[in-house]
Amino acid sequence: MRFARTIAYALALPIVLVAVWWFASAGSTSVFWPPLSKIVSVFGETWTADRWTGDVLPSLARLAAGYAVAMATGVLLGVVIGLYRPVRAFCEPTLEFFRAVPPPVLVPVIALFLGYTGDASKIVTIALGCLWPILLNTVEGVRGLDEVMLDTARCYRFSAWTRLRQVVLRGASPQIAAGARQALSIGVILMVISELFGANRGLGASIVQFQRSFAVPQMWTGIILLGVLGFLLSVLFRLVEHYSLAWYRGLRQADRGA
Amino acid sequence: MAGTRPKRVAGRGRDAVLGVLGLLVVVGLAEALPRLGIVNDSYLPPASAMFAELVDQLGEAAFWTDLGATLRGWATGLAIAMAAGIVLGVVIGSVGFLRDLTASTIEFLRPIPSVALIPLVVLLYGSRPTSALILVVYASFWQILVQVLYGVADVDPVVRDTARSYRFSRLTTVRTVVWPTALPYVMTGFRLAASVALILEITAELIVGVPGLGKSIGVAQSSGAVEKTYALVIVVGIIGVTVNLVARALERRTLRWHVSIRKEAR
Amino acid sequence: MATALDVRGLKKTYTTGGTSLEAIEQLDFSIGQGELVCIVGPSGAGKTTLLRCISGLLDATDGVVELDGAAVTEPPAGMAVVFQEYGRSLFPWLTVRQNVELPLKEKKVPRARRTELVDEALAAVGLADSASSHPWQLSGGMQQRVAIARAIAYEPSVLLMDEPFAAVDAQTRADLEDLVRELWKRLGVTVLFVTHDIDEAVYLGQRVLVLSNRPTVILEDVAIDLPDERDQLTTRSAPRFAELRAHVYELIQKAKKGERPA
Repeated sequence: MRFARTIAYALALPIVLVAVWWFASAGSTSVFWPPLSKIVSVFGETWTADRWTGDVLPSLARLAAGYAVAMATGVLLGVVIGLYRPVRAFCEPTLEFFRAVPPPVLVPVIALFLGYTGDASKIVTIALGCLWPILLNTVEGVRGLDEVMLDTARCYRFSAWTRLRQVVLRGASPQIAAGARQALSIGVILMVISELFGANRGLGASIVQFQRSFAVPQMWTGIILLGVLGFLLSVLFRLVEHYSLAWYRGLRQADRGA
Repeated sequence: MAGTRPKRVAGRGRDAVLGVLGLLVVVGLAEALPRLGIVNDSYLPPASAMFAELVDQLGEAAFWTDLGATLRGWATGLAIAMAAGIVLGVVIGSVGFLRDLTASTIEFLRPIPSVALIPLVVLLYGSRPTSALILVVYASFWQILVQVLYGVADVDPVVRDTARSYRFSRLTTVRTVVWPTALPYVMTGFRLAASVALILEITAELIVGVPGLGKSIGVAQSSGAVEKTYALVIVVGIIGVTVNLVARALERRTLRWHVSIRKEAR
Repeated sequence: MATALDVRGLKKTYTTGGTSLEAIEQLDFSIGQGELVCIVGPSGAGKTTLLRCISGLLDATDGVVELDGAAVTEPPAGMAVVFQEYGRSLFPWLTVRQNVELPLKEKKVPRARRTELVDEALAAVGLADSASSHPWQLSGGMQQRVAIARAIAYEPSVLLMDEPFAAVDAQTRADLEDLVRELWKRLGVTVLFVTHDIDEAVYLGQRVLVLSNRPTVILEDVAIDLPDERDQLTTRSAPRFAELRAHVYELIQKAKKGERPA
């Protein structure tokens, strides 16, 4: 019964909103706001198998590659910087500056170095944009490691490897996850933006192509697809987080109850 | 432990020196690499050239116009998002029915990348500032709304019951119970939103061509004005750092008295 | 009786920039194998500093700490520490069993022996049923039991306990004190127990070292001549207990006033 109620609550508003959109736009003759029925009907013909393999999947692959590079580099550097106070003091102002530079302006700078045609420059753009939140959150997480916990690890003579794996990385993982979540949304933004420079293929490039050729219903399908992908990525992220950080949720709940 | 604390205070001065040293090393590298021919100076001009260009820019009226446009777009969007996020957040958060009803929709709309709206705003408004404004508002609104919802949910049930037992009006409850609890969260939302808003403002300028520093960076790059590209990127970075520092200082001021946060920040 | 832990001429001064703070002036004592010794002192007496020096977590300014004849320069293999902050010394991402087992893995104890040691230790502290729980699912007292189980499974020759029961409620505290006595007798381990609680020190120890205030020296080494069989009710109501308690209490009062040994 309670489950049914939850489902009803979760679905009610989205259904109403979609219905409103559907009926309000039904007779629309505006070029910019085509009827939702029209958008839905062109969806299949717009996002063909060829578009999936030629545009959408390569975009996602670049996102995955850039994100993975940023994760690996960010966590590695973050641990080193976080563990050694002089290193941290040395790097922090510089890192703060680079973090504060809005990632899209990296595009012109990277364009200077690599040109802006191939996959490499796009992946570098995504990786550089995702790097800062992961790196700085890892630093923060490592710095915030409990001293008693570190003392415990020393008392029981944990090897450096065990200390890194079992204490430092696990202990900083909630913060790392927070950084990774910020990085994911920046990554999606940069995935799109990196395709808007020069002639390109890709999800973002396609949407802009539709817009430039005034294929408005197709453009809307692209916006919806991008929105759904953004949503699915965040669901996926939360699933991973849910399982890997179950202990952290429990700990927080226990702290609150006490 | 008593013994470790004085060490920390004295270390702070040394940390600051190291930090400045770090910045100097980066600037030094940016000077040396192109000078020594290790990096092509048409990709990375020497730092001195960047700063010289930056100083030149400070004398140009166009630079100040751009800077003003960027800051105005950023601040306007952020203010609208703050107002909308706080009002809706408090209303939705205080009414259980609304909270349950909107939860799924918020969870769906929030992760939609704001750049998805770029083609739409271009169609509707072209390169007018309104385009940037919509992107900025959309992106920063969710940050604030979600934080306000967290904040309202964090109100101590006992305090809420107390307010109810004294028959506080809805408005009084919001003013004396809900708002003070939510304030630190609002400030966290402000900090997150402020940097996201800057990202989107610059993006809109760079991609859509809305007037501002972002547009000038794009133009400088494509016309081969490398020093100017870097000079403007540095300016944008400085704006970003300033926004972060101010937002963090504001956040810390509201956090200081807040018990639950203090415990967490420990 | 062979010496397990020997502290000679221990001195610790914290220096920060130009100023220096003398935490420990001079400490000399030794603990025989299988002894249970309590250290008690007024707050701010440098108890934690002393314990960190002994455990090798902190370098002394001068003097030596020897464990089984070998100088301690880093945390030695034959020592286990139970910290006051159980919630922060147990790893929240590991289960109770994994928490107890991890140090043994690091010590390269073979798997079969490891399982045996963990089972024994958990049974000894009465937590055999909670092996697969996470520490935060347990009460404070139970968490401290996990930390004790981890320490005894490690099979140390010296067990250091840093105000281990300061953060648990009175009832649990009495139970845990009895647990420490019981484990000590059964395993024959040497225990150095730091506390600020006079009753606890007298109840648990064979000897009580009373510290002065800072800079720390030993005010008196009090022998606790209570019978070996102790329990919360009879021991604590025995006249001799009251006398010893009063004696230590007076010493602490003197320490607070800044009195130093002649």
